[in-house]
Amino acid sequence: MTDNNAKEIIKQYAIRLGDDALVQGHRLSEWCRNGPFLEEDLALTNVALDFIGRARMFYSYAADIDGGDYSEDSYAYQRDCRDFTNLLIHELPGGDFAFTMARQYLMDEYSLMFMERLCDSSDETLAAVAAKSVKESRYHLRRSRDWMLRLGDGTQESHKRLQKALGDLWGYMPEVFELDDLEQGLADQGIAVDSAALKGGWEKAVRATFSEATIDVPADDWSVRGGRQGMHTEYLGHMLSDLQFVQRAYPGQEW
Amino acid sequence: MSDHMKLYEVFLRSKRGLDHKHVGSLHAEDAQQALEYARDVYTRRSEGVSIWVVNSSDIVASQEDDCESFYDPHDDKPYRHATHYQLPDEVNNM
Repeated sequence: MTDNNAKEIIKQYAIRLGDDALVQGHRLSEWCRNGPFLEEDLALTNVALDFIGRARMFYSYAADIDGGDYSEDSYAYQRDCRDFTNLLIHELPGGDFAFTMARQYLMDEYSLMFMERLCDSSDETLAAVAAKSVKESRYHLRRSRDWMLRLGDGTQESHKRLQKALGDLWGYMPEVFELDDLEQGLADQGIAVDSAALKGGWEKAVRATFSEATIDVPADDWSVRGGRQGMHTEYLGHMLSDLQFVQRAYPGQEW
Repeated sequence: MSDHMKLYEVFLRSKRGLDHKHVGSLHAEDAQQALEYARDVYTRRSEGVSIWVVNSSDIVASQEDDCESFYDPHDDKPYRHATHYQLPDEVNNM
């Protein structure tokens, strides 16, 4: 494999992680001014900004590899639905507060483990982004886990909503722990994280939280996948039309 | 939801060696959540290195009605101020 090829593959990996962060951050940002109360509104928006910052770091790295006129904006604003390679779970609409926090919790638990591993990546830039992200993820998890307990062990209504949300999300989780050839190859070289290896630890942590939150583990009877290959749910296109509107209407506009 | 939530007062220490200062208040379900919200609401621009949250109802405050009896008697006792001492130049920030 030539050096250029190797860099190209790392770039694709960086874009995947950037897409995850951007889509997740954008969904959270939709809570801005819609939060259940002022304090939570600000807290959710802070978390959204952490993810958008993370997306910028991954995209900047990709732009460095692509060179030329590429910038972080090229990936966020100038690609279509099928070019996005985020995991499907991130693009689902925010739903109610229980759904948003349930998704956040499932992914925070994963992200923290993932970023801790990525700190050891032999790729220095990825490792540096991970080192910054780990601190953020620790706080995100503290918050979302707390909400799992409050909602799960809260009122009948909050329990019901959280249980339903987890059921609706559960089938999106297997994709998170699957590696295609690109990621497996990078993982074998010590560059990417072997996310399949995180599954055991993740399940253990999630089950412990569920049990404390008096939540039943949802049934493993369905699963969907395809995000890494650009096969998305119907929701991503609508989200992008919102996210990309200004750059589509006024290409290259700056302010 | 805020109707059921308790009010907390937030105090921040902006850097080591300085006192905690009152910066505002917020609503939360309990003290731990208040601490997290204080972090999110009052330290987003790196304003602090330490946070205290206190249940607002635990603060005992002086009343407007007490002003006369509390503070007026001090007005004619200038000798309680340190203004009559000559301070050496080396002493700053008195």
